[in-house]
Amino acid sequence: MNMIQAINSALDVMMARDPGVVVMGEDVGYFGGVFRATAGLQKKYGKTRVFDTPITECGITGVAIGMGAYGLRPVPEIQFADYIYPALDQLVSEAARLRYRSAGEFTCPITVRSPMGGGIFGGQTHSQSPESMFTHVAGLKTVVPATPYDAKGLLIAAIEDNDPVIFFEPKRLYNGPFNGYWDRPAQNWSQHPAGEVPTGYYRIPLGQAHVARAGEALTILAYGTMVHVALAVAAEHGVDAEVIDLRSLVPLDIATIEASVKKTGRCMIIHEATRTSGFGAELSALVQERCFYHLEAPVLRVTGFDTPYPHSLEWAYFPGPVRIGEALKTIMKD
Amino acid sequence: MGDRSRANLPPLALHVPEPRFRPGDPVDFVDVAVPPAGAQPRPDPATPAADFTDLAYTLIRVLGDDHRAHGPWDPKLGPDALRRMLRAMALTRAYDERMFRAQRQGKTSFYMKSTGEEAVAVAAAFALDHEDMCFPSYRQQGLLIARGWSLVDMMNQVYSNRADRLQGKQLPIMYSAKEAGFFSISGNLATQYPQAVGWAMASAAKGDTRIAATWCGEGSTAEGDFHSACTFASVYRAPVILNVVNNQWAISSFSGFAGAEATTFAARAVGYGIAGLRVDGNDALAVYAATAWAAERARTNQGPTLIELFTYRAEGHSTSDDPSAYRSAAEPNAWPLGDPVRRLKDHLIALGEWDEDAHAAQDLELAELVKASQKEAEANGILGHGLHQPFETMFEGVYEELPWHLQEQRAQMAAEEEASGRFWTKK
Repeated sequence: MNMIQAINSALDVMMARDPGVVVMGEDVGYFGGVFRATAGLQKKYGKTRVFDTPITECGITGVAIGMGAYGLRPVPEIQFADYIYPALDQLVSEAARLRYRSAGEFTCPITVRSPMGGGIFGGQTHSQSPESMFTHVAGLKTVVPATPYDAKGLLIAAIEDNDPVIFFEPKRLYNGPFNGYWDRPAQNWSQHPAGEVPTGYYRIPLGQAHVARAGEALTILAYGTMVHVALAVAAEHGVDAEVIDLRSLVPLDIATIEASVKKTGRCMIIHEATRTSGFGAELSALVQERCFYHLEAPVLRVTGFDTPYPHSLEWAYFPGPVRIGEALKTIMKD
Repeated sequence: MGDRSRANLPPLALHVPEPRFRPGDPVDFVDVAVPPAGAQPRPDPATPAADFTDLAYTLIRVLGDDHRAHGPWDPKLGPDALRRMLRAMALTRAYDERMFRAQRQGKTSFYMKSTGEEAVAVAAAFALDHEDMCFPSYRQQGLLIARGWSLVDMMNQVYSNRADRLQGKQLPIMYSAKEAGFFSISGNLATQYPQAVGWAMASAAKGDTRIAATWCGEGSTAEGDFHSACTFASVYRAPVILNVVNNQWAISSFSGFAGAEATTFAARAVGYGIAGLRVDGNDALAVYAATAWAAERARTNQGPTLIELFTYRAEGHSTSDDPSAYRSAAEPNAWPLGDPVRRLKDHLIALGEWDEDAHAAQDLELAELVKASQKEAEANGILGHGLHQPFETMFEGVYEELPWHLQEQRAQMAAEEEASGRFWTKK
């Protein structure tokens, strides 16, 4: 399966298992979603469980919260992560705090799916990676899969979770892994082991990282698209990197990170999102606090620049092979 | 500026609304149109939404100046139901008085009264089923009281004491009472509006028979959530009642800043294709009748209703507010729709089912009830007298389970408290 099919399969599995699961969002119903993630679901489960919504992100989210309070398990979709901002009040002030402010009387078991990330010439409003806006919010969980196998297992776990989960899907990975070499032929998931996805139910617990490559020379922390870029660039440079795919940012698998950095003594953090106050800053601080005496070089961040995501300058902006390669030389030199 | 070619055009002028009366001004509300009670038609609850334009611009009234019920909206409630309603409204007022005073005495940090708006919540609660879900704003404490919720429990929340069901996590008056069908109140305005629509949609999708009702002030109708909620409610014909409590004031801003100079709030329903009713919010019978009508409409799958409840915020916005700084002190007494408690009382007296002595005796009894409840609540502690909840509860309920980072922060705090020797660590 590609990642779209894996997500579709996760939704299908959960809708079949739990009559409380409902899918809603702009174009998700009859049409099956602009990325096809919900294709076929309305036909199979009916219009009261899979339905198109008006174009109002605050409405989609607020309505989903109300459905969750009733006892359903809504999976709303925000068409692009760039358009999640109108829903911020509902997510930050309501979804994240409902359990806390009601001391558990009301809960918010919703999973907000949204395509994120660049590398597709999406320009300013189809490329953003707003994960740090959500990792900063107490009460939300934030998940970013990097493979079809993980996307399905994590989405099932997110839907089953009784807390609100922001589930960001790197759209650059929908059809195939992307290693950052935009000028080479596109790959697809059928040639990748993680494209092997069981058709039935399985889950990958939130809060568990995946060691995408074991190594001794340095630790690379990445998630989403950047996992594949990190693997390719490290291989090209012949660096024995340990690449950790975080998978879930909150809750974070700190034990895996800590063990790895204590072993390698070096840590590089890669994300597409802009640098200042990005999630990399939190990772860097955690590594510094917990692994200080094991560090042989400063923790290095390779990220998007602190600019809006540009259109024509996409490959100068994207933290790709050139920038990561230079950073690798720097961190291994110390 | 230097463009001479447009010099012969009149300059544009920006209109910034201004209330008619400011502090010190004499007040007359002659511009507030008050149609006679009983003159408004009562359509069948299955009437198409397009036919509600007239009812969105008038005022549905039942209780006339003669204290009698008039017209097709008279809900024809028996004297026992009327007395129960009057009692819940008077109790809401007595509770407000007492808690306001408790804040002034430093027993809690904050309070908000609903004085003059008791009918809006109480009469609506009487017209709904107990199982219907309410998504209130912070000024519908009358819902809880009408549903027989414990005053002591409400006070415990206001005091953030050890019996507070919300564990001292919430600002006073942000109640939550699932068993009473009273959704957790949020400080963020109008967010409950789409949530109520979602709850109603879920009920409909599940083939349930319960409906949802929500309330916001006229000021909050300016929020984007109001628009999205009305759109969703209309699109999916959600079984929901959307109440707009137009009490004329949003803190210091008069209703003109929410758009009231140009139209009514009920009239917004017309544009969404929702049935819209504009109701005398100080007329408990009209509020009851309109809510019952909207509930029937919702329950029979005819869709949502938007009800504007035209009333007046008789007191300050909150204990942190001084209304004499922005409006004329003469306004509350000049309000042409009077006082909801007095109007219902006078109606019962006119029916020969109540009298001044009974009312005075009830007021005394309710004051004693509130006082006794207060005593009971204060035995659980008042704000500021130490920590009433174990401080570890601060970390609970952020998530279903405590993740490692919160476990660490909890342990760090425990260590800090231990080292500091602060008195509550020894509890």
